[in-house]
Amino acid sequence: MVVNCEHVWREISNYLEGDIEPDLQAAMEEHFRGCKHCTAVLDGTRNVIQLYGDERMFEVPLGFSHRLHRRLEENMPGNRRSLLGWMVAAAAAVLVAGSFEVARSSVFSRSELRSEHAQPGTGVPPDMMVVVSGDGKTFHAAGCPFIHDKAHLQTIQAREALRQGYAPCVRCMKKYLTA
Amino acid sequence: MPEEVMSLGSPARQFNEELLIRRIRDGEHDLFYELIRPYERRVYSAALAILRNEADAEDAAQEAVLKALKHIRQFRAEARFSTWLIQIVVNEARMRKRKEHAHMIEPIVDHQDEEENYTPRDFADWREIPSETLERKEVRQRLAEALASLGEKYREVFVLRDMQHLSIEETAKTLGITTASVKTRLLRARLMLRDLLAPGLGGNWSSKLFFAKGTKPW
Repeated sequence: MVVNCEHVWREISNYLEGDIEPDLQAAMEEHFRGCKHCTAVLDGTRNVIQLYGDERMFEVPLGFSHRLHRRLEENMPGNRRSLLGWMVAAAAAVLVAGSFEVARSSVFSRSELRSEHAQPGTGVPPDMMVVVSGDGKTFHAAGCPFIHDKAHLQTIQAREALRQGYAPCVRCMKKYLTA
Repeated sequence: MPEEVMSLGSPARQFNEELLIRRIRDGEHDLFYELIRPYERRVYSAALAILRNEADAEDAAQEAVLKALKHIRQFRAEARFSTWLIQIVVNEARMRKRKEHAHMIEPIVDHQDEEENYTPRDFADWREIPSETLERKEVRQRLAEALASLGEKYREVFVLRDMQHLSIEETAKTLGITTASVKTRLLRARLMLRDLLAPGLGGNWSSKLFFAKGTKPW
């Protein structure tokens, strides 16, 4: 099977999601080896997905959280909560989030699997974009219901997920698990 | 009851959302704060991506969260709470957008035929993303501008799929379109953003992000 540039551009999204037939995938990989333009499109498209999928893209205006909680409190059935009580809880959450980030960064330096029970998987397309969460042990296709800690998701390449010790999800990445 | 809230706050991540929702339904309304807190930024960013105005986005985000609280009994456990919440936000933002539609100028790219194949305009090499890229406010600003310049139908699909991590099916359901349309629009949105960003992030920032009035970016 041989594909031309137009065909590659049409399928590049599906290629990055691992949502194409194996023979088309192989043909596209062969094409990328000989086509600088399509490789540039592939790299750039992957970077777009990775950049916009990063949680750091989400910025909220100063005081957003406070104003949201105030409105919630005003509309809370019974309206019994004090603002002070909520601020104490929010401060505790900041501390928890901080410790979570520290824990996460220390785990990232490991190269072995994050879970001793997980399988490493075989034949995972290294260019495929997958979703991981900071305290998760597996990588997923976007939208997989098995994703843990959905508030801290990151979209990265499968090769990077494997390097960081994530294993394929037993549900959405089942085809890459041998047993 | 700050003591109770604090004890819930510290291991909040470990709390099963279903359990939280059950307790909220049973009358522990204060727990809604815990349920919503991890999603605040996502709620705001989804509204902002659609409305492209910070004040409107904040208002829409607040309204959506209030609606989620009001209708928490309608949430079905087979769906993800985050998906359900984002769907409410998108509906709220789209409703506001529709109300203002008469006063707004249609983005040029919305007139483009969706079925027409998209041809990349630029083949700038953009192999690496510097690790500090997103730490720079200027870069985040450029990314936001590039996203805002997309036509609405492309922006909505991209936001739900690539920023909010909804599945193709969930994105289709939220927007009321087919999965085939989601895939087509997603492809186009990704390629358009690449065309906008590659010349800058791959090398020097160009002025391509800023279009003169009336000119066609694509």
